Amino acid sequence: MRFGTEIVLLSLFAFAALVAAGFGVDEPFRQHMWVLFFAVAGFTAILLRNTDFKAATPVDSSAYMDGPIRYGAIATVFWGVVGMLVGVVIALQLAYPDLDIQPWFNFGRLRPLHTSGVIFAFGGNALLCTSMYVVQRTSRARLFGGDLAWFVFWGYQLFIVMAATGYLLGITEGREYAEPEWYVDLWLTIVWVAYLILFLGTILKRKEPHIYVANWFYLSFIVTIAMLHLVNNLSMPVSFLGSKSYSAFSGVQDALTQWWYGHNAVGFFLTAGFLGMMYYFVPKQVNRPVYSYRLSIIHFWALIFLYIWAGPHHLHYTALPDWAQTLGMVFSVMLWMPSWGGMINGLMTLSGAWDKIRTDPIVRMMVAAVAFYGMSTFEGPMMSIKAVNSLSHYTDWTIGHVHSGALGWVGMISFGAIYYMVPKLWNRERLYSMRLVTWHFWLATLGIVVYAAVMWVSGIMQGLMWREYDEQGFLVYSFAETVAAMHPYYLMRAAGGAMYLTGTLIMAWNITMTILGYQRKEQPLPGSAPALQPAQ
Amino acid sequence: MDYNLMREFADSWGLLAMALFFVGCIAFALRPGGKAHADQAAQIPLKDD
Repeated sequence: MRFGTEIVLLSLFAFAALVAAGFGVDEPFRQHMWVLFFAVAGFTAILLRNTDFKAATPVDSSAYMDGPIRYGAIATVFWGVVGMLVGVVIALQLAYPDLDIQPWFNFGRLRPLHTSGVIFAFGGNALLCTSMYVVQRTSRARLFGGDLAWFVFWGYQLFIVMAATGYLLGITEGREYAEPEWYVDLWLTIVWVAYLILFLGTILKRKEPHIYVANWFYLSFIVTIAMLHLVNNLSMPVSFLGSKSYSAFSGVQDALTQWWYGHNAVGFFLTAGFLGMMYYFVPKQVNRPVYSYRLSIIHFWALIFLYIWAGPHHLHYTALPDWAQTLGMVFSVMLWMPSWGGMINGLMTLSGAWDKIRTDPIVRMMVAAVAFYGMSTFEGPMMSIKAVNSLSHYTDWTIGHVHSGALGWVGMISFGAIYYMVPKLWNRERLYSMRLVTWHFWLATLGIVVYAAVMWVSGIMQGLMWREYDEQGFLVYSFAETVAAMHPYYLMRAAGGAMYLTGTLIMAWNITMTILGYQRKEQPLPGSAPALQPAQ
Repeated sequence: MDYNLMREFADSWGLLAMALFFVGCIAFALRPGGKAHADQAAQIPLKDD
């Protein structure tokens, strides 16, 4: 029977959720368990409707396993649209607080929905599906563990649904980028260990003697996120049928653990993982090897050794000991070197093929991503310097910095990878439309420029207003005055975000039509086909 | 194993071991003859499909 074991196990899982919904000790937990019950029971029903009793078709163990990657590509686009839409909504809520809909859709609950939606749902799915794509093709081996890849994919989607609905119900640990409560954390741990086994198993059965550098980056991302997730979420639940838990750490140790986690989530989730993407998809799209393979090895080790120490720069001028703050700052500044080494390596891969920036909008997108990587990894170390941080910290400048990295680097390299992969995964000759990729590129790029520039102005203004003293030593501005002064910038920020979201919607349309097998009748982009020469 | 003991290990032998490992990695990547191997490895993604 197809899906036999899965159906039995999922039915038991759904029953356990139902029991927890009945006996939960607090109302949000009971509601959350109802969500879990309906999600798992619904999924079981779908499996039941698709089961049959025919003998299983034998699996071709020499072919690559692309099913979960196809689902992952669709999930990436879907969650990208959702996460960015929530981003535009909360940008408008900041400008117009009347848009807060109590209690489920207020800013406090939607904000983690946005950050987790774009980082873990959009970015996470992009990493999941590209890592499975890259590891098979550079190891020349099918994914390890049979249906393990399907478990990782669906298990991760369940994590996303439980995290997202938990935020809306008001369930949170209050730790930035690690908001899900203890039972959702446990589920993610199970899924993540399965992911590690899947990835490592595929590497171990590789037919290519050398492990290509992209896999090193992906593996470091998986291992480090496992370590960060486990340590930062060490906590004690109040009840095993309740939604509240308390951290194992207290005071400044807790704060440092959180920012050791938080900054390395940036370093290993949003940087190392996506660098793996860069080291595979940029060479593929421009069809030439990476500029310097040895530089990529040095890039890898330098990044690994330096990033892990940079976290304390989130706690400048706090109760954290001074030496630890300085250590975080020094390591952050040193990080600038490997980051730019990697950026140069990515950009120089195009040497001899620079014309492709003009003729191939996917290459243009990847180059913009690498350029934004360079820009935000220059800005970050600068902001970690204590003197600069005293102006920038807690202001919109930080938000601008994060978005130039997230929209510019993470978003654009993922879009490039999706545009590269989708026609190959569905055996389409080309994308539905290259002109729509150009539209996406310009909307996204201009959206980021508007967003980042506005947040620089707004953030520096905010920082200067906070520290403005008159000649008698009194603060010149009240906090509410700084909020009022930022209103026009909040509107412009929402406009920049809306442009970026529009670009993503265009991509969703383009990808959908590509998957459905359509090709848009359009003039080829200028320069993409060699111009005809007159006969001599 | 108290904090001070671990701290002392971390900023003496631990630091030395990590620094040496890091320098070793770089030296190995830049070893004479490493370039040919690296150039071969760089071709891995371009060989298939």
